[in-house]
Amino acid sequence: MPPEPTDAMKPGAATSAAVGGTPRPDTSTRAGSRARALLHGFGPILGLIVLCIAGTALNSDFATLDNVMNVLTRTAFIGIIAVGMCFVIISGGIDLSVGSMAALIAGAMILVMNRLAPSFGSPVSVIGIGIGFALLLGALFGLAHGLLIARGGIEPFIVTLGTLGIFRAYLTYFADGGAITLDSDLSDVYSPVYYASLLGVPIPVWVFLAVALVGGLILNRTAYGRYVQAIGSNEQVARYAAVDVGRIKVLTYMLLGACVGIATVLYVPRLGSASPTTGLLWELEAIAAVIVGGTALKGGAGTITGTVVGAVLLSVISNILNLTSIISVYLNSAVQGFVIISVAFMQRRRK
Amino acid sequence: MSVAIEFRDIVKAFGPVQVLHGVSFALQPGRVVGLLGENGAGKSTLMKILSGYEQATAGELLVNGRAVHFDGSRAAEAEGIVLIHQEFNLAEDLTIAQNIFLGHEKRRGWLLDDAAMNRESARVLQQVGLRISPETPVRQLIVAEKQLVEIAKALARKARFLIMDEPTATLTPSETERLFALIAQLKADGVTLLYISHKLDEVERITDEVVVMRDGRFVARAATRDVTRHQMANLMVGRELSDLYPPKAPRPAAAQPLLRVQGLTVPGWAEGVSFEVRPGEILGFAGLVGAGRTELFEGLLGLRPRTVERVELEGRPVRWRNPRDAANQGLTYLSEDRKGKGLHVHFGLRENLTLMALSRYATPWLRPDAERRALEEAVKRFGIRTGTLDNRASALSGGNQQKLALAKVLHPGPKVVVLDEPTRGVDVGARRDIYFLIEALAREGRAVIVISSELLELIGLCHRVAVMRGGHLRTTLDASQLTEEELIAHATGTH
Repeated sequence: MPPEPTDAMKPGAATSAAVGGTPRPDTSTRAGSRARALLHGFGPILGLIVLCIAGTALNSDFATLDNVMNVLTRTAFIGIIAVGMCFVIISGGIDLSVGSMAALIAGAMILVMNRLAPSFGSPVSVIGIGIGFALLLGALFGLAHGLLIARGGIEPFIVTLGTLGIFRAYLTYFADGGAITLDSDLSDVYSPVYYASLLGVPIPVWVFLAVALVGGLILNRTAYGRYVQAIGSNEQVARYAAVDVGRIKVLTYMLLGACVGIATVLYVPRLGSASPTTGLLWELEAIAAVIVGGTALKGGAGTITGTVVGAVLLSVISNILNLTSIISVYLNSAVQGFVIISVAFMQRRRK
Repeated sequence: MSVAIEFRDIVKAFGPVQVLHGVSFALQPGRVVGLLGENGAGKSTLMKILSGYEQATAGELLVNGRAVHFDGSRAAEAEGIVLIHQEFNLAEDLTIAQNIFLGHEKRRGWLLDDAAMNRESARVLQQVGLRISPETPVRQLIVAEKQLVEIAKALARKARFLIMDEPTATLTPSETERLFALIAQLKADGVTLLYISHKLDEVERITDEVVVMRDGRFVARAATRDVTRHQMANLMVGRELSDLYPPKAPRPAAAQPLLRVQGLTVPGWAEGVSFEVRPGEILGFAGLVGAGRTELFEGLLGLRPRTVERVELEGRPVRWRNPRDAANQGLTYLSEDRKGKGLHVHFGLRENLTLMALSRYATPWLRPDAERRALEEAVKRFGIRTGTLDNRASALSGGNQQKLALAKVLHPGPKVVVLDEPTRGVDVGARRDIYFLIEALAREGRAVIVISSELLELIGLCHRVAVMRGGHLRTTLDASQLTEEELIAHATGTH
């Protein structure tokens, strides 16, 4: 999957990679920064290739089509959220609430669909309404974040730390501490959205691909995307350059909220329920995918390709651990943690 | 003990780019030496090598006849060599004393000896003529005071060789006088001073000797009294410089003002300021640092809280809540703070140029080829010197960054453009280009407002100059009244 987004984003990828910085930016030459940009841009991809070679060597099941589709499907939720997160982080912000937000959207979506089911004849239209509701709710949550951050002037870390607790607490309250489960007749109709395939590729992977492509296009080929980078690179300069900083920030959090909505829409048919453990630690996985993909946490520069590769890389790690017995599956998070720290270590000179 | 310095064939390369090509010259102790050169001539790099911030790629540095190798600024400080940066290195939230002893704290056992540090700080503050408690947080100081703190810091480290890089760039005339008195006193105490400045009148006044560099090479040295300012400028540029300022067109005849501002108040900075500017007119804003000029225009753009009775553009009342509103209706502003507010230094030239007029290139997808053509045009029109169009803004020299910043604020095609310190930190050659450009803008029928602390610039360029003091617009001088004395008198309130 990576090749297509790469093509779509070549100009931006090159620029933003160069923007990542070199120890002596004043004197970096064209050839030097080109080489660095290439190396930087392909770093995560190289890592992924090495991992895949290792995986193939360790277990013959790794390189099968089934396993590849399995990995990509599992990546889809985090990957879609990571695309939105990439925008937020490039703009210089952060959103810690996406896991809780996904859980609350899932719960609310199921409640709405269960409520509507008796009065509507066709389950398909109920599910359609549910999907629309999920996307809208995600965008609304993003709007709230954006307004509090941009107009209210509160740090994104604080705002989303607050909503992280709020969202999950409301889900737990609605679920009464247990689980909110989708009615089985709806569930039967809805489940293909997660389980079905089109041309041999599962639906979530198609959606992931579409989100990544559209994300790359927006980031690199629209004025909005340029403004996002400008704000993250230096908010003051952007403000003085007549960029409507507040509006762009609000839009960015809404975009992430909508991405969380899309991920939730794909997640609900998988289990057909939402519980207080739904989406636990997704925020960290999404942020990790963005960072592993080469985006600077301080903002200003980053790529969607990198983010997609980062997300896939992290789930390939857990997949390899599942397939082999060299390292215990229980250490999955530890291995991911080591990867994140090593990536940060390799990027530390580009300040 | 004074410090004698000698450079022998100093070469410095950043990657494949060589910025110093074997520089050799010696400096005798106890003198004030002016180091001249255009932006990009290699002055700053050479001084960074001398003060330990950079290491030479090849060549030798001799201190008092002994070859030395500084692996950091501390090693240079140990020899008494201190560089005072153009941008200050002060921790804003610490006190003056804490800053002066930062990294060199005095201790008593395991604890800091604040009393001793405050005492010693008070002594050096007195030496630089700053009557202020050493326990004042640096954040509360004005720019000129910060500069004096930097010098005090150097003195506390027993500096015997001081390098000052554009020390007067942000100082008012009276503050500059104070600095010059201090320099004379330091010289009398046997301190060697290396003075880097684009302001040749200052160099002429305070230095004993000038050294000129060009394109990473030593070009000439002379006793200051033996060369004229004009000769200095020619040596720097390497060609004969014609007039610095374009010929002044007469002030356009009474027409409807293009911009008219009435009763603009920016709380804490400006009070009830009214002015107007005609199409084709260049209006200057003079005043001391802190007179409220920058803040006035930031208020006009909605970047600061403000109240205003009435703003009219081409006779129509307008309301601007933010710079975007202003830009949409035809007014753009170039900030005095190039790195902090003017340019995205880590962005490419293209992205910087088009940022304020992006909607022109979004249909709805951005067209990088069209942006690139615009950049090619701008590079030609504004004379931006860059190796390749793919450079980042940070790769340009100060003067060329400024030209890019100018190109950026003009890219949306504003009717009124406000240029705040358009030539700050810009060398003579680029400065002249910028003056001619400003004149050309006015000739196209735009209204140009120039805020500047350089009186000669205002006199050479403007049709009228408004003078601000203490947040009030005190007077507006016509071309016939424009003299340095007159401007200073109104700016300082000694009229």
